[in-house]
Amino acid sequence: MYRYDNYDQRIVDERVAQYRDQTRRYLAGELSEDEFRPLRLQNGLYIQRHAPMLRVAIPYGLLASRQLRKLAEIARKYDRGYAHFSTRQNCQFNWPKLEDTPDILAELASVEMHAIQTSGNCIRNITTDQFAGVAPDEVVDPRALAEILRQWSTFHPEFAALPRKFKIAVNGAQSDRAVVRVHDIGLEFLRNDAGELVVKVWVGGGLGRTPIIGQVIHEALPWKHVITYCEAILRVYNRYGRRDNLYKARIKILVKALGIEEFKRQVEEEWAFWKDGPSTVTQAELDRVSAHFRPPAYEKLADCDPDFNDKAATNPAFAAWLKRCTHPHKVPGYRAVTLSLKKTGIAPGDATAEQMEIVANLADRYSFGELRVSHEQNLILADVKLSDLFDVWQTARAAGLATPNIGLLTDIVCCPGGDFCSLANAKSIPIAQAIQERFDNLDFLFDLGEIELNISGCMNSCGHHHVGHIGILGVDKDGSEWYQISLGGQQGNEATIGSVIGRAFAAADVPDVISKIISVFVEHREGDEKFIDVVRRIGLDPFKARVYGTPAVAPKKELANV
Amino acid sequence: MSNLIKHGAVVEDNWTLVRYPAVEEAVQKQAGKVVQFKLTGTEAASPELIAQVQIPAGRAIVPLAVFRARKDELAARIAAGEIGVWLESFELVEDLVAAVGDVNTLPLIAYDFPKFVDGRGFSAAVLLRTRYGYKNELRAIGDVLRDSLYFMQRCGFDAYQIRADRSAEDALASLRDFSEPYQASVAEPQPLWRRHARA
Ligand code: HEM
Ligand code: SF4
Repeated sequence: MYRYDNYDQRIVDERVAQYRDQTRRYLAGELSEDEFRPLRLQNGLYIQRHAPMLRVAIPYGLLASRQLRKLAEIARKYDRGYAHFSTRQNCQFNWPKLEDTPDILAELASVEMHAIQTSGNCIRNITTDQFAGVAPDEVVDPRALAEILRQWSTFHPEFAALPRKFKIAVNGAQSDRAVVRVHDIGLEFLRNDAGELVVKVWVGGGLGRTPIIGQVIHEALPWKHVITYCEAILRVYNRYGRRDNLYKARIKILVKALGIEEFKRQVEEEWAFWKDGPSTVTQAELDRVSAHFRPPAYEKLADCDPDFNDKAATNPAFAAWLKRCTHPHKVPGYRAVTLSLKKTGIAPGDATAEQMEIVANLADRYSFGELRVSHEQNLILADVKLSDLFDVWQTARAAGLATPNIGLLTDIVCCPGGDFCSLANAKSIPIAQAIQERFDNLDFLFDLGEIELNISGCMNSCGHHHVGHIGILGVDKDGSEWYQISLGGQQGNEATIGSVIGRAFAAADVPDVISKIISVFVEHREGDEKFIDVVRRIGLDPFKARVYGTPAVAPKKELANV
Repeated sequence: MSNLIKHGAVVEDNWTLVRYPAVEEAVQKQAGKVVQFKLTGTEAASPELIAQVQIPAGRAIVPLAVFRARKDELAARIAAGEIGVWLESFELVEDLVAAVGDVNTLPLIAYDFPKFVDGRGFSAAVLLRTRYGYKNELRAIGDVLRDSLYFMQRCGFDAYQIRADRSAEDALASLRDFSEPYQASVAEPQPLWRRHARA
């Protein structure tokens, strides 16, 4: 993975000093609340319901074991012994003290980590496929360009005070596991017919209050222009994006208002001035950074291991875990492993310090000392030998990290919601838990097959509910907590925004409603058909009829859509 | 004592900044929140307001709309290099260029930051310094606080009118917050990887 040189380290160290001084000035009353807010936000510090929340950047979701150990240490020393992994592949601490945050940042800097631009109206952490570099369907490993973009975006002076936050995702595989189409900019690296590396550029996607699927602004941008092209997009946005209304300030609203053709025209006109300028990425720079992402020292193995086959055939629990939690790898004899942070009773995405240390040890012992965070809020060991899988499973199982539910109904993506977040309309973690309890029978879950369920505690959509096959959104009705349900959302290459099925439900009713939805699915399912395919085929009406009783109640207008 | 930083030091200010006379503006609200920023391209002032602006003798920085509307009246002073122009955060550099032709005929251009979180001035500075080749003083005015200076400098500002209730002396240190930035900018047109051989 990428290792800092002196320049990287100095920037992070200087940031710690700068932030320490900002915090000192704030505590000394030299900076007002309003003035400190954007400064601390650009450093990932929110002030939440109970305490500040610190968001640590995990660039494109990649972590070294020593970094994970440091996160565990911070969780123990400055927090309550756990951390939360987020849908943006970052890590959040829910209980740090404001006064301690400069020290926490200094600790992070000692392992080449930081919290720069993890919040605020600037370019945020760049996310990608959790299987980058190992996925069999990968066309290009996107991590080197993601790192080049990370450096370019870090303290970019012109884009330090944008109208609103700005999220970039990159993908280099055939199937899009980075949801590039719901990002402000989505970059899809491909090879053109001549075998050259090009970028399909998506713009103006986003979730939140007004979910929009991005549009293609460039079909095949030669890779060396990726920075100048992104700068042209950002410059048009910085100048013309709306600042008069927080809810209309994202780039998606500008793109929608101008239309993609006109927006593209403006971007290309701007780009013409910068194209081929000094920010054009050179092959030498790409090579330099790519050298950090060379494949590890894989052994030459057969893609078959008799002892492993034996265990898989005789141990059904192990076999179930293999089916759900291991993934194909481009190198024979290896698998990628997902360690589930979705055990029933635990807030989705939470890991204790002990668990983090166990995972760090697993990474050292079995996966070249590295791991990844997925945007579905799980941890990944990307390079495990077939012959090691049984040991990994046993250790993970003992640590509560081997629930065989990846991709299933209980692998719920969920935001912190009303338990932690001051913007929430409703709690989300207890809803996730109630659903996990309802569907605790593994055989039944396996039979249901792949179902993605996403929960957000408010319209900001941190839990990606719009792109969940089943989406649950917390809404506020006369001061109490209600939940609106949508169906048919999807991430990936067919990214689609789900449709709301009707009026909202009280918390206690949500598990029953989900059961009804599942029963309609089971009744209509043909063979092994997937949930999402059934929804596409039969439409929403049968679900509405079951949930609301016949005749279907007309759906309430979707909340606050523009 | 002046609160102006120029070329890295606190200096005397020998310009007068001319603002519009205060007018009552109805509080505009959207989605229950007060609108803080005007949309890019909004008219800065009415003809009456523009006419009311008093321009004192000596060196004066006048609003763009005043400059455009009263250019003839100011012609001699413009020729004498006594007139600088300032832009609102929602005004366009292109309109300034259209009004003056060659921006280097102006000794000073200032850009207003109504709130320090309004970053439109960063792009305006970049455009002035690159596309339009502006070489003279580029001054940040308004809600200018030390934590923005480093960014402003990299975008091409060389003078900063620090908000009156803050110390310009303290703010000086922030110009050196970082020693080797990653990306290209007006101040440093080459990205780090072209400036230095990296490991
Ligand atoms: C608890 C503190 C948090 C606060 C105050 C917060 C705030 C927000 C806000 C205001 C938005 C909407 C932005 C907009 O639409 O313009 C948003 C979007 C989002 N947040 Fe959070 N968030 C928090 C935690 C999280 C967590 C824990 C995650 C990951 C699990 C997350 C991931 C996201 C994502 C993926 C989006 C949607 C991106 C988009 O709008 O396109 N946030 N957040
Ligand atoms: S979706 Fe709403 S409730 Fe959930 S974390 Fe985001 S802002 Fe908070």
